[in-house]
Amino acid sequence: MRERAPATLDDLDRRLLWALQDDLPLCELPFADLAERLGVSEEDVLQRLRRYLAEGIVTRFGPFFQVERLGGAFCLAAMAVPEERFEEVAALVGAFPQVAHNYRREHALNMWFVLAATRPEGIAETARAIEDAVSLPVWLFPKEREYFMRLRLRP
Amino acid sequence: MNGEVPFVPDERDRRLMLAVEGGLPLEVRPYHALAERLGWMPEEVFERLARLRSTGVIRRIAAAPNHYALGYVANGMSVWDVDDEYVDDIGRWLAEQGEVSHCYRRPRALPLWHYNLFAMFHARERVEVERAVASAAALLAARFPEAVRAHEVLFSSRILKKTGVRLHF
Repeated sequence: MRERAPATLDDLDRRLLWALQDDLPLCELPFADLAERLGVSEEDVLQRLRRYLAEGIVTRFGPFFQVERLGGAFCLAAMAVPEERFEEVAALVGAFPQVAHNYRREHALNMWFVLAATRPEGIAETARAIEDAVSLPVWLFPKEREYFMRLRLRP
Repeated sequence: MNGEVPFVPDERDRRLMLAVEGGLPLEVRPYHALAERLGWMPEEVFERLARLRSTGVIRRIAAAPNHYALGYVANGMSVWDVDDEYVDDIGRWLAEQGEVSHCYRRPRALPLWHYNLFAMFHARERVEVERAVASAAALLAARFPEAVRAHEVLFSSRILKKTGVRLHF
C-alpha cells in the first residue's frame, strides 16, 4: 500500500467514519442505532462501509483481537535494510502471516513491523525465520509497559 | 504485559474467531450472517462473541481506518532516551498528549538503539507532528530536568503492510 492522497469525503462520510470506530453492539441489528443517529438507512451505512473497504479508506471492519489475552504476544521489530534490497525485503517480510503491520521509516533502522503470535515463543521463532529469509538481523523491541490512550481519528 | 491468566478458546471459539478475522459480514444482520456461514444458531455466535469481549480477547468490533485516507498523512514515532527512574512518569505524561495514540516503554538495544520510550504522534502534516513533539520535549525538560537525554522522530513514509492481527491455531 503506497502513501495515498486523502480520500474525498462528504459530511456523512465524516460522521460515519467517526461512529464506525466505536464498538459495534452485539445485537440482531447492530447498525440500526448508528443509522438512525445519522438519519440514513442501515443499507446506506453498509453501502458506504463497503465503499470504504473497497477504496482502502477502512482497512478492516470487525473484531480487534487482543492476542495477549490468548497467551500470545505482540512485538515491535525493526531492520536496517539496504536501499537496493528494500522492495525485495518488504515483500519477503510481508509474506509472513505473523507480520501485522509494516512501515517504512526514515532512519538507519528503516523497516519497522509488528509481529503477532499466539504463543510467546512465536515472536522469537518468527524473528529467526525472517532473519533466515532475508539474511539481515531483526531487532526486537518488546513492550515492557503500555501507557494507554486510544486515539480516534477525526475524519 | 499483565499477569492475567490467558483465556483458552475451545474449538468452537477458534472456528468463530477464524471466521471473523477477515472482517464481519457486511449485512444488516451481520451476526446472523456469521452464524449461517458457520452453520450455527445465532444465539451461539452472540454468546461466544460476548464472552470473548468480556474476557478481553476482543477489544472492540469496529472499523480500522486508514490514517492516510483520513488525511492523517503524518505519523511520527517519537522515541526518547529517558532516565529509567523517570520513564514511567514521562510515559504516562506523554500518553495524555492529544496527538499520541500509543505510548510504550521498551528495552534499549545498545549500542545501536538507546531509546527506551516510544510515543506515536499523528497529525495531518509533518510540521504539526514536529511542533507537537518539540512542545512535549520543552514541557518535559521543564518538568523533569535532565531526565530526557535525547529524542527524535521517525516518520513513516510508506505503509508496507497493514492487515491487523492474524490468528493462527
